[in-house]
Amino acid sequence: MRFFAPKNNVLPGFRLAMGFTLFYLSLIVLIPVAAIFIKTAAAGWSQFWQTATSPRVVASYRLSFGVSALAALANGVFGLLAAWVLVRYEFIGKRMVDALVDLPFALPTAVAGISLTTVYAETGWIGQWLKPLGVKVAFTPLGVLVALTFIGLPFVVRTVQPVLQDLDREVEDAAASLGANRWQTFYRVIFPALWPAALTGATLAFARAVGEYGSVIFISGNMPMRTEITPLLIVTKLEQYDYAGATAIAVVMLVASFSLLLLINLLQWWSAHRGT
Amino acid sequence: MSAIPLHPLTPNSNLARLPRRTGGVQSFPNAEPAWIRWSLIAVSLAFLASFLFVPLTAVFWEAFRKGAAVYWASFQDPDARSAIRLTLLTAMIAVPLNLVFGVAAAWAIAKFDFPGKSVLITLIDLPFAVSPVVSGLIYVLLFGAQGWWGPWLAAHNIRIIFATPGIVLATIFVTFPFVARELIPLMQSQGTEEEQAAIVLGANGWQTFFRVTLPNIRWGLLYGVILCNARAMGEFGAVSVVSGHVRGLTNTMPLHIEILYNEYQFAAAFAVASLLAMLALITLAAKTAVTWKSRGPLEDHANHNSTGDAHEH
Amino acid sequence: MSIEVRDVHKTFGTFAALKGVSLKIQSGELMALLGPSGSGKTTLLRIIAGLETPDDGSGDILFHGENVAALRAAARHVGFVFQHYALFRHMTVFENIAFGLRVRPRRNRPSNDAIRGKVASLLKLVQLENFAGRYPSQLSGGQRQRVALARALAVEPRVLLLDEPFGSLDAKVRKELRAWIRRLHDEIHITSVFVTHDQDEALEVADRVAVMNEGAIEQIGTPEEVYDQPASAFVYQFLGNVNIFEGRIRNGRLRIGCLELPVSSPESADNQPARAYVRPHDIELARIVAGEGVRRGTVQHIHTAGPIVRVGVRTFDGSQTIEVEIAREKHQELDLRVGNVVYYRMRHSQIFVEDYSI
Ligand SMILES: Nc1ncnc2c1ncn2[C@@H]1O[C@H](COP(=O)(O)OP(=O)(O)OP(=O)(O)O)[C@@H](O)[C@H]1O
Ligand SMILES: [Mg+2]
Repeated sequence: MRFFAPKNNVLPGFRLAMGFTLFYLSLIVLIPVAAIFIKTAAAGWSQFWQTATSPRVVASYRLSFGVSALAALANGVFGLLAAWVLVRYEFIGKRMVDALVDLPFALPTAVAGISLTTVYAETGWIGQWLKPLGVKVAFTPLGVLVALTFIGLPFVVRTVQPVLQDLDREVEDAAASLGANRWQTFYRVIFPALWPAALTGATLAFARAVGEYGSVIFISGNMPMRTEITPLLIVTKLEQYDYAGATAIAVVMLVASFSLLLLINLLQWWSAHRGT
Repeated sequence: MSAIPLHPLTPNSNLARLPRRTGGVQSFPNAEPAWIRWSLIAVSLAFLASFLFVPLTAVFWEAFRKGAAVYWASFQDPDARSAIRLTLLTAMIAVPLNLVFGVAAAWAIAKFDFPGKSVLITLIDLPFAVSPVVSGLIYVLLFGAQGWWGPWLAAHNIRIIFATPGIVLATIFVTFPFVARELIPLMQSQGTEEEQAAIVLGANGWQTFFRVTLPNIRWGLLYGVILCNARAMGEFGAVSVVSGHVRGLTNTMPLHIEILYNEYQFAAAFAVASLLAMLALITLAAKTAVTWKSRGPLEDHANHNSTGDAHEH
Repeated sequence: MSIEVRDVHKTFGTFAALKGVSLKIQSGELMALLGPSGSGKTTLLRIIAGLETPDDGSGDILFHGENVAALRAAARHVGFVFQHYALFRHMTVFENIAFGLRVRPRRNRPSNDAIRGKVASLLKLVQLENFAGRYPSQLSGGQRQRVALARALAVEPRVLLLDEPFGSLDAKVRKELRAWIRRLHDEIHITSVFVTHDQDEALEVADRVAVMNEGAIEQIGTPEEVYDQPASAFVYQFLGNVNIFEGRIRNGRLRIGCLELPVSSPESADNQPARAYVRPHDIELARIVAGEGVRRGTVQHIHTAGPIVRVGVRTFDGSQTIEVEIAREKHQELDLRVGNVVYYRMRHSQIFVEDYSI
């Protein structure tokens, strides 16, 4: 049986389009990504393990994955809220706010990094109000959280919004007519319909946050063992010409990325086929 | 498949017919009390403001803090100019290549059925999931001095890493999925009937694509290109790894910003940053316009929701 | 231009959508493909157009005796009207119709003036002269349908294929377009095949009807033939309402309870289960017993809406309710009320022996 053989053979151009797609995909993505694994395998398991589990590296995992999880959680909660407000309520400037949600997708990470640092520094527009409360953001793990929350902000909003829009208002009216109050309607009728999308969005935000570099390095302060994220550690190793070390950490990151990609696909598949 | 409602407040026709009071107050019998509504709006606006609006404003504020003269002077610096040039050059190579790829991939995926389609889509998404730093690293491992082809390249005096080709390659990798990702769902939702009609009327493949498919996807395509371009010009992590940070030679705008910032030249850093922030704003405006356009009067959702042999995956 | 389909098979995965279909359509004929949903009508039409290929090695498609099976859709010169019209939504009505002419290779592409003239005459033909500048989304369903037709005709196709041309229109527009398309066909005489699952439509419009069921053709004939002499129980049932009586064959006659009907096919074995099919208008009603083969029943309901009165008659043994259609005058003459005793007689019936050979 021919693999990649189209069933619909009326439209032309399948071979050309597919041929180019596979060629370009292999050239730009598949071969380079495969190379890194082959390189690691060649270097040997023990060296890989030693680098990948050294204390400084492990501390960076803890920070990167832990804070990314917190950021994803924050985005899950506030993203759901923002999506709700944007879909269900009317207020002045709504369209502009809606458009602005995509800013973290569009704004270069370096720009976001220096700007967040300035705003959340002790003298910054927001930082000065937090300082009297004893909250220090810039150059602490909290700063990392701020940057990672920024970077993942659009995901939950954008995955929940369409689901919320498609939600049949009649179902809510039905619940109300059956005697449910607004809160009961929300957590028994609306929330169950939204949370798979919110979960998918939060996972996307998490995946993005784990690998984020540009927006974090300015605000984090980059203190080893404390505010050093894993991607930064890769760069540090590279600058010291420690290619093997950089590669070992990169492989860990890649495996994490692949697992997350798989998880996201499963989540999407599951939320699409749920209840049908 | 249900049509996307034109207005979020009128998700179904029953409610659309209900009278709505003006001034942003809804008259649904089954809605939250006003105080809850306004608190929710306040909380989410506060969240969005402190993460989006304030940092965005800060970029322009800081850029002009020392006055317009200092702002303009930042762009007189030859290093800044060469950074801008390199950024434009990189985008000019990366975006068209990814555009051609995106169109080809979307054509194959959206208009044909074949086994392994969802695997292919996942592979196309891969660069989204990979950390930018790792994206840069993989090219260092291939083409760097210690890399696979490093010695061969060095022997033939070809520089890829710490030079423009590496920057372009890393940028292509990072922006790889953008156009394809924008086009695939769009073309899937449009089905293949119009193309089939064109073929039966005697059009060849290119005519079908340029006269029927392309006009139908032009707004989505435009947005994909703008997004791809924004990311290509703004990429930091991947480019940082492969560039080598040679001033005036291998610095792109984001790298230049980093250097200026680390040298405490904040005004200059934010001046260059303000250019990229403008680009981001244009991107957002373009997205809004495209979304608006594709819901406009000429698009016929009623006709096409039923016709699409949209493939679900 | 005649069309011949020879022994075409089509499988989707493991599902056989067409199981050896053969069909011959005469030049200038208007043929209807009639069948229930999923019977393979669209598939057959798309195979004729070249939009789908038959299973490897099966079947041939001949246009005017010439085998076109190897030709691509574009080379077959067919006009195809899609079920949902597939109009190009970014083009005006004018540009939609002109498309097929504009995409011709330069050397046989008509001049702009010629294209304009051609489109204008087609717009006149489909009675849309004033709509040239509109976009498809600004047209009604019936208007879109006619644009799709004009677009298909613009390239002067050898045959015209229409997939459920009236499918998504409301009842009144359907009726109008039905008569219109028949007149159009009488005018331009292009060999045409149209798909429908509406029996009235097929019987009213077509020269001949091919009745399809589960990927096979059950019967081909003129509307009169398929209606009056159905070749199978399926065709009988599909074309119009029918009363079914179950019984057994005894001594060459079908016994249904105490009723006996003559069986035409002599080879049917004794004691075999069989069914008699009787159309509602083939049953006579009377208030008094008159003649042979008359059974007794009671009136169960009467629907008087429309030109025909439908009477439900409960059989004497109470086993079933039969539907009877009588003219209004007849109904007035009989003066029936619910609960009345009536006598019914089958004027005409057809018996199909149940097939256990499968
Ligand atoms: N591309 C396809 N893949 C799989 N199965 C298909 C495909 N096209 C058609 N079928 C199946 O083949 C059978 C016949 O389909 P077809 O569209 O020809 O029916 P039809 O008679 O036109 O029905 P309808 O009146 O509903 O349009 C159906 O059971 C359908 O599910
Ligand atoms: Mg059909």
